[in-house]
Amino acid sequence: MISTSRTMNQDNNATSSTIKTQLSSFASAIIPGLLIAIAVSFILLFLIVPLAIIFVEAFKLGIGEYLKSFQDRSAWHAIQLTLIATCISLPLNLVFGIAAAWAIAKFEFVGKSVLITLIDLPFAVSPIVSGLIFVLMFGLQGWFGEWLAAYDLQIIFAVPGIVLATVFVTFPFVARELIPLMQEQGSDEEQAAISLGATGWQAFYRITLPNIKWAVLYGVILCNARAMGEFGAVSVVSGHIRGKTNTVPLHIEILYNEYNVVAAFAMASLLAFMGLVTLVLKSFLEYKVRQDLIVTLEPALAEVH
Amino acid sequence: MGIEVQHVSKTFGTFQALKDVSLKVNDGELVTLLGPSGSGKTTLLRIIAGLELPDDDGFGSVLFSGENVAKKHVRDRQVGFVFQHYALFKHMSVFENIAFGLRVRPKNERPSKRAIADKVTSLLKLIQLEQFANRFPSQLSGGQRQRVALARALAIEPRVLLLDEPFGALDAKVRQGLRTWLRRLHDKVHVTTILVTHDQEEALEVADRVVVMNQSKIEQVGTPEEVFHQPASEFVIDFLGQVNVFKGRLDSGRALFDNIAMEVPELSHAQKGNANVYVRPHDLDINRHRNGSQSLPANIERINPAGAHAKLTLLGIDGNQIQVDLPFERFSSLNLKKGELVYVSPRKVHVFAPDYMI
Repeated sequence: MISTSRTMNQDNNATSSTIKTQLSSFASAIIPGLLIAIAVSFILLFLIVPLAIIFVEAFKLGIGEYLKSFQDRSAWHAIQLTLIATCISLPLNLVFGIAAAWAIAKFEFVGKSVLITLIDLPFAVSPIVSGLIFVLMFGLQGWFGEWLAAYDLQIIFAVPGIVLATVFVTFPFVARELIPLMQEQGSDEEQAAISLGATGWQAFYRITLPNIKWAVLYGVILCNARAMGEFGAVSVVSGHIRGKTNTVPLHIEILYNEYNVVAAFAMASLLAFMGLVTLVLKSFLEYKVRQDLIVTLEPALAEVH
Repeated sequence: MGIEVQHVSKTFGTFQALKDVSLKVNDGELVTLLGPSGSGKTTLLRIIAGLELPDDDGFGSVLFSGENVAKKHVRDRQVGFVFQHYALFKHMSVFENIAFGLRVRPKNERPSKRAIADKVTSLLKLIQLEQFANRFPSQLSGGQRQRVALARALAIEPRVLLLDEPFGALDAKVRQGLRTWLRRLHDKVHVTTILVTHDQEEALEVADRVVVMNQSKIEQVGTPEEVFHQPASEFVIDFLGQVNVFKGRLDSGRALFDNIAMEVPELSHAQKGNANVYVRPHDLDINRHRNGSQSLPANIERINPAGAHAKLTLLGIDGNQIQVDLPFERFSSLNLKKGELVYVSPRKVHVFAPDYMI
């Protein structure tokens, strides 16, 4: 494998050097600089500047005004609601994700490919549609609307609806992260554990879980970011009742529409900060997951040599 | 512990991996299951382990010392299973890997920490990896990993040791070393062992008895000597080493092919008719001159003198290839040259008539 990649590199070098000789020295000096300039200005314009603006706008009237935005009761409530929705959907997705990945990667069953496709459904449909699905199901005019009303249960325009919508849109994150890794790892180690006398549960927490722990965390981090930032689906089911059914993203929209720019950006800075933390964790975990994969693939590589 | 497999069949979807297979392995024996890929050997091993269940057709049973374990879970069968790709626990040290089977026992059966440590240390000594106790699998070579896998399987004091192509992923030299090591280990530990391999050399060298499998069935069971020298079928002789095939006829105890007639007294009662005549390369001799009627002319096409035997490829008059292995002394005293016309004479032949086989 190493030798093939080396020859490929040589080929690339060969072609690029012939191209180089064909170009004038002037162009060869300009083009790399130009490409770098385009890339840098693109990143500046679309990533760095917007991010900076959030914090600039939030602190425009000084740190005092910034902090005052959080003293508002409805702001606090929005933060609380976001945390509640996240705290409920994270463990649900974690359990579902591990269970689904375990089933898909370690067993053969009818309808497996259908399940794999279905897991991606929340990624495929627009969040607005996801929200509408729940309104159609649990709303007053929805399928279960009458039944719910009879028992005085409110799901839509209330906290349960927000949680449901969040669970739905964050559904695939953990499972999608785990399935390829677990498929790559196969089930030899679990079979070995069981042949040595381990119970299914022992094989799971002593063998499977340590092998996938970084990938699980990675999935959880992404899931968390999405759960906190979800706007579309939650917006449909929430009803925007201030101090009651507003999450942070919804609250930001309201503040912004009321021209309360500082407060809006102060709240936004929270989400932006969360995003930055997510990115750092994500790159660390990506590194860890890659290590796991390398260790898995390594015996196969050893064979080649 | 003796193992008996009776009338076991196994179907995966539409593919029948085992067709009514029966096999008996004696206590303390080392048996190899030998066959090409897809012959069902690994399936048979996994059924004995309990990693696969035989078809529920009411006939199949797997007996451990006479007790039917067909319905027993792998966990309760107390088998030591060694996988082709080791299946070591990546995140555990060598020590922890070997200790695993003892640590997962229910509390009342679990040995004390001290007893576990003693057991692991003695196993590390057995596999000659004492100084590697704290290493992780990724820090070991392939051969060392497979020895750890073996020690891990032995730690639970298995009633039977099952090895699935244990040396398949290793290079030739390491494989050879581990093979002799495994045989010595077996002579020391004496646990009933079944080893799956597609490498005929490995099977013949290690085993007390060889089970040759083909197309979901057992072709022959016998000592290495028996299966090599008295192959029961065309498949067996073809699979165990190189062999020359001549189309011939069988006529009252004589095999006639090309212009050769060989006595085959075992087949004196067989029907007259077409037959395939198999001759191993080392059962052929070469002479410069025609030697009665028992030789056939051929041209030397290629000579490979590297090795204990000189390997010659000859072309017969009718254009088919003949492989001959000559002992080196014989080869050098004949002073053969490429392109020469020589006479090939068989010392021993195996004849298989379509409806009668020896």
